[in-house]
Amino acid sequence: MSAQTHAGRRRGGFRLPFSGWHLVLIPATLILIFPFAWLIITSVETPAEALHFPPILTPHVLRFANYPDALKAAPFGRFFINSAVVATSTVVANLVLCSLAGYAFARLRFLGRGALFVIIMSTLMVPFQVTMIPQFIITKWLGVHLLAGVGINHIGALILPNAATAFGVFFLRQFFRTLPIEYEESARVDGANRLTVLWRIVLPLSMPALATLAALTFLDSWNSFLWPLIAVNSTNQMTLPLGLATFQSAHSTEWPLLMAGNVMSLIPMLVIFFAAQRYFIRSVAATGLAGT
Amino acid sequence: MAAPSASVRRRLTPAAAARAKARVTGSEHFTGWGFVTPGVVIILLFGAVPVVWSAVMSFQQNNLLSPNTPYVGLRNYRAMLHDPVVGQAVGHTLVYTALFVPGTMIVGLFLAVAMNRKIRFISLYRTAAYATMAISTISEALVFIWLFDPSYGVVNYLFSLLHIPQQQFLNSPSEALFVIVIMTIWGWTGFAVVIYLAALQGIPQHLVDAAATDGAGHWATFRRVTLPLLSPASLFLAVWLTINALQLFDEVYLSTQGGPLNSTTVLVYYLYEQAFQNFNFGYASAIAYFLFLIILVVTAIQFRVGRRFTYYRS
Repeated sequence: MSAQTHAGRRRGGFRLPFSGWHLVLIPATLILIFPFAWLIITSVETPAEALHFPPILTPHVLRFANYPDALKAAPFGRFFINSAVVATSTVVANLVLCSLAGYAFARLRFLGRGALFVIIMSTLMVPFQVTMIPQFIITKWLGVHLLAGVGINHIGALILPNAATAFGVFFLRQFFRTLPIEYEESARVDGANRLTVLWRIVLPLSMPALATLAALTFLDSWNSFLWPLIAVNSTNQMTLPLGLATFQSAHSTEWPLLMAGNVMSLIPMLVIFFAAQRYFIRSVAATGLAGT
Repeated sequence: MAAPSASVRRRLTPAAAARAKARVTGSEHFTGWGFVTPGVVIILLFGAVPVVWSAVMSFQQNNLLSPNTPYVGLRNYRAMLHDPVVGQAVGHTLVYTALFVPGTMIVGLFLAVAMNRKIRFISLYRTAAYATMAISTISEALVFIWLFDPSYGVVNYLFSLLHIPQQQFLNSPSEALFVIVIMTIWGWTGFAVVIYLAALQGIPQHLVDAAATDGAGHWATFRRVTLPLLSPASLFLAVWLTINALQLFDEVYLSTQGGPLNSTTVLVYYLYEQAFQNFNFGYASAIAYFLFLIILVVTAIQFRVGRRFTYYRS
């Protein structure tokens, strides 16, 4: 309200028929989406048109065959399935394990609770690069001595180390502590055990927190690159970022092919992201507001 | 009215009694450990144990040449101080961080302020910014390598329209790091916009109105009211972006592999080379702890300095 009267006063009666902010936002948006647009255009160009200078912004023929060609050169379907399996399993595992642990740290008194919590929290600050070498050795050992499916070069190795995180435990514990304890107590009086209380009372009240943890874990897992790069090297176990990077090093000058592969690897996430945009945005904003 | 002591005794609800009973039987210890064990085992095995283990390794000689791993004291750390590539890597990492963090914050703040209003197509504009959050670092790097291709790239084409000489970009030792700065700023724009938009929407309108009533112009209101109220969000972003910037890896791996002439070798890339291409686990662990130290020092400074400029309303 005040902004409008202000602008009107200053411009002395002259007003644009639309908000002046469009003049800022339209070019900014064009710059933001140009990489996406150029990616899609290149993905349907012929090699000759892609390697043309000046660049051809409107291709004369649309060569959709780049997509089947890219699929022939690298199994993007496989990469997608692997990424989806890894991200979904990681999210589910985190929701279950962090809920259980977070609830126990929030509500139960057990021997060693304080010490255990401090140890877990102390890992929260440590960057991944500090832990990745031992993590690699441990994963290798587990694969050889315990279960091949969680060892090096299996997608299990991308799930297990992230199946529970200190952040998830801490985040849910903090949220559980804000819930009124009376519901839980009356359920206990009615004879419900702790698991029932958690499942029937605490978790239904914690949906916003669970959705936030799920969204953040999903994004993290989907975009993860360094750990898959270390832990996996056979093509059929690769996730999308790793598969795309490997594809690039094998076809580094075949731009239409590379961009077709790139489009295929980012479309699923774009679709998921826009379908659940509200949750993703709220979750990211929540990290910021929690941090401030 | 009952005597205080009686009322206290009566206020011991059945639930409290149940809790007391559980404590006596010790079943709460059992349940508690049952609940935390699965998660805690994973966090300890892949988080806490590796922290200690890599600290131990950093004092060992651990590479493919030696079958056993003797303790060598501070030799790995001393070698690091004399390794010219480590010095370069620290320099590149700090230069990158110094450009990327303020760059992302300025772009994010500018766009968030522009998008914090109810005008037509606003959700379209916002979605365009958010979309950069959905794209992985690898996809992002791949597109930007193509945009900045020296021979066929769109950026060199734009330069030719403006009569700027053609650049080598990622092939040039003096330009490669700046191209990586630009691509990562683009990739983080959505994140910065979300954080700043959320903070802007938390600013009560009456404060802005009050400034306008007092005769403050747009710029003065922004500088004296909006910006101070955004300072907690700015501090959070500065710290968060810095932690991520100091760990830059994906874009470097995909676009330059540390080249040309080591001009984009950042600390994590060098660490990766030492650990998983040369298998110098001992030396790489020392570099990892050095990186940890840098992150701790830089964020501590940010909090210390930031607190002076941060205004908390509550």
